Amino acid sequence: MTMLQGFQIALHALRLNPLRSFLTMLGIVIGVASIVTVFAIGSGAQLRLQEQIRSIGANVLMITPGAVYQGGVRLKDGSKLTMTESDVQAILEQIPEVQAAAGSIAGTAQVIHEGKNWNTTINGTTTGHFMVRDWQLATGRYFSGTEEAGAGKVVILGSTVARELFAPGDDPIGAQIRIMKVPLEVVGVLDRKGPAQDDVAFVPLATAKLRFLGSASNINRDSVAYIIAKVAGDGQMAGSRSEIENLLRQRHRVPAGQEDDFKVQDPAAAMEAQQGAIRTVALLLVAIASVSLLVGGISIMNVMIVSVTERTREIGIRRALGGRMRDIRLQFLCEALVLCLLGGAIGVAGGVTLSMTVARMAGWVTSIDGQAIGLALAFSIATGLIFGFYPAHKASKLSPIEALKTE
Amino acid sequence: MTASPPLISLQSVGRTYRTDGVAVTAVRNVSFDIAQGEIVAVMGPSGSGKSTLMNMIGLLDLPSEGAVYLEGADVADLSEDRRSSLRARSIGFVFQSYNLLARHDAIENVALPLVYCGIGRRERLARAEASLQAVGMLHRAHHFPRQLSGGEQQRVAIARALIASPLIVLADEPTGALDSRTGAEILALFAALNRTGQTIVMITHDPGIAAQCRRTIHLHDGELVADETPAPALPKRSAAP
Repeated sequence: MTMLQGFQIALHALRLNPLRSFLTMLGIVIGVASIVTVFAIGSGAQLRLQEQIRSIGANVLMITPGAVYQGGVRLKDGSKLTMTESDVQAILEQIPEVQAAAGSIAGTAQVIHEGKNWNTTINGTTTGHFMVRDWQLATGRYFSGTEEAGAGKVVILGSTVARELFAPGDDPIGAQIRIMKVPLEVVGVLDRKGPAQDDVAFVPLATAKLRFLGSASNINRDSVAYIIAKVAGDGQMAGSRSEIENLLRQRHRVPAGQEDDFKVQDPAAAMEAQQGAIRTVALLLVAIASVSLLVGGISIMNVMIVSVTERTREIGIRRALGGRMRDIRLQFLCEALVLCLLGGAIGVAGGVTLSMTVARMAGWVTSIDGQAIGLALAFSIATGLIFGFYPAHKASKLSPIEALKTE
Repeated sequence: MTASPPLISLQSVGRTYRTDGVAVTAVRNVSFDIAQGEIVAVMGPSGSGKSTLMNMIGLLDLPSEGAVYLEGADVADLSEDRRSSLRARSIGFVFQSYNLLARHDAIENVALPLVYCGIGRRERLARAEASLQAVGMLHRAHHFPRQLSGGEQQRVAIARALIASPLIVLADEPTGALDSRTGAEILALFAALNRTGQTIVMITHDPGIAAQCRRTIHLHDGELVADETPAPALPKRSAAP
């Protein structure tokens, strides 16, 4: 008897009792579906983080305001803009490893072009920002020196904003848009960087302070909300970081022993750590899901043992008609395998559906990769072989004479 | 005896079962030959060892004493797998209770032994059709056993026994579950098969059936008590009952 014949016989036997067959494979279905779903959600979260890491750019340090004391009261981090444009200048001039740096202030506002409008982040910054983040233009140009110095009424759009404000055929370059009643000329549109990053409009830092965000500015006209800096070379992140910290402590006159009023972070490193954590949680969940595969395997073994007992006479007949012990074993092993494979396939379909539903309803990014599906199916085949072997072996060991006597 | 060995040869065959330390002898010191083309009835009351004898001739069991030879080869020398393969190719079983697989239709039941001969589905079904035709059951090819009468089921079982063109057909009380008229039809079918040269061994406790076979072996308490071959005129009479 060939493997193919074994599968034909197995399919025939399982079709005779579809409900029982389905219930038997349910454990495998649930196990595989959960493994696929957990994998999809886990790798989706990792993809999202990777995208964020990529969007920040390589070797980037981010300097944000830290704790501030006012009359002995410790205020929330970032409640005061402690960083200034001259800090940016100092970092650029005094720390040779820093290739580019830029300060930013940001807020949200409605942007309007003719009949269309869109709510987005307005980021006031300098051209250095794009250098730090390795962010290329799709069309147009960056800010000119005059525009940066003279608060020029110009704007560079992220691709999402450009898409929302302009019809597909329209060229945004040279068009007038309005932000908080101020007309601005679009001078550039940026490349796509990722859904979360592309929803932004950049204006010169001076323009943002003068026209939009600076009026209620907490300290002075020189301040910025955060600074990003690009460090040359992979190995120099830690060194540059402490150099920046020393420089800023000096400039901000932070007394020794007191907490800094700023924070220097390596966002990529932080996100990588987060990614590791996600991976650990995902693996843990997969391990839990694997338990249900185990339970599914046991339920298959149980049903198969009952089935062998029920079909003792059939086994006797097959043996009398020339079935060898290994033919009988193959027949029952094939049944277990078909149950597991079918259960695995249904589980994969269920898992894919479930993760797509989760993606839609919860707005999570999920990613279904072939590797996870292959792994889940391999697991179910292994389950079939392991838990099908004993019943199949038992069936093959039956004496044909005794088997033919049973009713 | 001719130069070629007899189809089946039993030499001082004995079979003792040992269950829970108690030895039960089902067959002792039985010797006989069966030649190609014979039709033999094995008779005896229940418990006389008929079924044990049939299991040994059918390669389902091995003797504990003596030897069974199939075409001159001692079956005890064959591996379990080899004996299984020989059952598929050389032995056709017909049982009292038909033993058809309830969940397969007639043609699939008939084709079953060929699965174990490694024959592809298309050829299996073609040969099963021919075999069903030979027993007059082709019109029931796609009926399931429960949709067939006892006589029809036994015809399907005979078609299954014949499909691999076996050396020998072993029938264990083939009419035991049938009414007398249907039983007579089945016996006539066996007689017709035998006329085409098919070797048949039939186990029965019914002297009327044994009388229709050319040769009758009588068993009692596991021992051979008589091996009768009536006058050559008898089968001619019995051919038209």
